Amino acid sequence: MTQVNEDDLQAYVDGVLVAARRTGVETYLAERPEEAERLRAYRAQDAALRAIFDPVLAEPVPPTLAERPARRRWRTYALAASLLVAGIGVGWIGRGMVPPLVSASPSFARSAAIAHAVYAPEVRHPVEVGADQEDHLVKWLSKRVGTDLRVPKLGSLGFDLVGGRLLSGPQGPVAQFMYQDPKGQRLTLYISAQKGEGRGDTAFRFSQEDRVSVFYWIDDHYGYALSGELRRDALLAVANAVYKQLNP
Amino acid sequence: MDSHPILEHVPRLRRYARALVGDRYAADDLVQDTLERAWNKFHLWRPGSDLRAWMFAIMHNVFVNQVRSRRSEIERTMEELPEIAVRATQSDLLELADVERALRGLPDEQREVLLLIAVEEMTYDEASRSLAIPVGTVMSRLSRARERMRRLIAGAQQAVPLKVVK
Repeated sequence: MTQVNEDDLQAYVDGVLVAARRTGVETYLAERPEEAERLRAYRAQDAALRAIFDPVLAEPVPPTLAERPARRRWRTYALAASLLVAGIGVGWIGRGMVPPLVSASPSFARSAAIAHAVYAPEVRHPVEVGADQEDHLVKWLSKRVGTDLRVPKLGSLGFDLVGGRLLSGPQGPVAQFMYQDPKGQRLTLYISAQKGEGRGDTAFRFSQEDRVSVFYWIDDHYGYALSGELRRDALLAVANAVYKQLNP
Repeated sequence: MDSHPILEHVPRLRRYARALVGDRYAADDLVQDTLERAWNKFHLWRPGSDLRAWMFAIMHNVFVNQVRSRRSEIERTMEELPEIAVRATQSDLLELADVERALRGLPDEQREVLLLIAVEEMTYDEASRSLAIPVGTVMSRLSRARERMRRLIAGAQQAVPLKVVK
């Protein structure tokens, strides 16, 4: 009889041993109950591993993994960078160092678009506090932003709250709420106090910052900006819903 | 787009990543980084060759380069796992929690081989290509991984209360 080696035993566990050698292994094991027990344990633990991890196959794949993530991520980070550069340009104009040749979009909408472009592609940390702790989230951000915030419910439009985070904006603390639809499309609502000039209530204004569309308005000394990579009319429908809920 | 061959492997990559790193979010980050490379390098894949092994090879490289640098974080997460009472078990009826804990007790290179063979059900040759190691090394790591698992599980079944495996 040819000698049985450890590789044969492993292959036996995996059921891939060629028939000729299998007979040899079976004879070997028949004489050695401890070895047979060892291989049985290997099979049992392999089966247990499959029982633990096979359910992952049945989970829905997160939207960010179900499309070409590289291009999307590259695009959105590049977008954030380009907005930032443009934002710096606007800042210079604002300080009177360069005469404004074109009317730049207001910095508020641009800041909101940058914040959207930075956080919307995040997989692991899109928000600081999740929607499962909505009460805590609202209390915390209300305190920091300085007003009683309300979080619009946009479920009827297909967008559920993911959560929110605190940001630093040009005029102080900013609350950012993030929403997501079943396809993974994300919207952010950016809210901050408006100080100084331009604090009066305004109608909706629209700004297109590269691919990010922004509707923004000022209401009772607070600025609101809703951003998303959506068509203008689709975003307007959501902006209307937000406005109505904040002004019942 | 949904039918792109890369996307067909995403559920398997997620299962492997979850088993490899344990934490759900870290696992999906690993999958995302793997997919980014796969999309960027897809023109380098030879049509007709084994796409699954190619993608698992990418994940192996990302894992080695990136996740190992987060080792301390993962180990901290492990220590936070609640201790569980160990019930008496029959020899072939294993507590899944013990098995998962034992899996965490394997060195990375043994865990990779064991998962590719036992869970992904690759052939030794496929595992060898995915990990860029000779088949003989696959066999020796597989043997060591299975034996170490067995001992860790046996230890867990005897110890009451269970101590965190090293």
